[in-house]
Amino acid sequence: MKSAVVQLPGLNRDRDMIAAITKISGKAPITIWQTETDIPDVDLIVIPGGFSYGDYLRCGAIAARMPVMQAIKAKADAGVKVLGVCNGFQILVEAGLLPGALMRNASLKFVCKEIKLEVVNAETDFTRAYTKGQIIRCPVAHHDGNYFADAETLKSIEGNGQVLFRYAEGTNPNGSLNDIAGLINARGNVLGMMPHPENLIEAAHGGADGRGLFASALEVIAA
Amino acid sequence: MINARVTVTLKNGVLDPQGKAIEGALGALGFDGIGHIRQGKVFDLQIETTDKDKAESDLKAMCEKLLANTVIENYTISLA
Repeated sequence: MKSAVVQLPGLNRDRDMIAAITKISGKAPITIWQTETDIPDVDLIVIPGGFSYGDYLRCGAIAARMPVMQAIKAKADAGVKVLGVCNGFQILVEAGLLPGALMRNASLKFVCKEIKLEVVNAETDFTRAYTKGQIIRCPVAHHDGNYFADAETLKSIEGNGQVLFRYAEGTNPNGSLNDIAGLINARGNVLGMMPHPENLIEAAHGGADGRGLFASALEVIAA
Repeated sequence: MINARVTVTLKNGVLDPQGKAIEGALGALGFDGIGHIRQGKVFDLQIETTDKDKAESDLKAMCEKLLANTVIENYTISLA
């Protein structure tokens, strides 16, 4: 299983992501810079969190229009798995790879804390290491994670089982519609999520609840 | 040279917590009877052309591709 982590100016969770993937799969991901238009053959491309291009205009808006995103879109269209975490999720919705939009948190505050997630759909390439209905812990750290989509889109993503993670037990930190925390595309190969599973993968993190996501996506047995 | 202004506003039905907070702050300053505040963005730009139709169609493309997120925002274009 080969993987790649995207690096853009202003992203700052790339090293956490590289460390998580390396520890879980035993193999370091390659890194992709913003200007690259020719992405090597990989099975998983990860867009990590941070503040690409200073969050100017709208979070993820500038990154979504960089050449590297055209290349990632072509890979996604060819069936390669793509994971966007936090700013990565914002970039994926701005690029139109996932439906809806991520708006300013309803509280207007940056939230940095641990929340609980319900695994809504465990029958995907990103969630098979979990069980449906399982509640896992996960950290969040964002200012714009308030998921919005019009009623029709919301109905369709709910009906298709595209919502993979929901904030559970009253821990919705941002006002997201339907407590949506993580969303997959209709084809099932592009996942965006606001919480940071890469920051809860080993005892030193205080837990390993995020490990299952990488174990699923990287096709390694969960430890 | 054509001067243009693009105004981007939130669509109806999209929650605007910033507008709400501004509304509350205006109330605290004693401005009564203020409601439905919606925060938006304004872009002023110059286009090196004299062709107004082309400027308008270019601006529309700019809005659709970058300046507005049409999932949540509307835009209006005005030429000086």
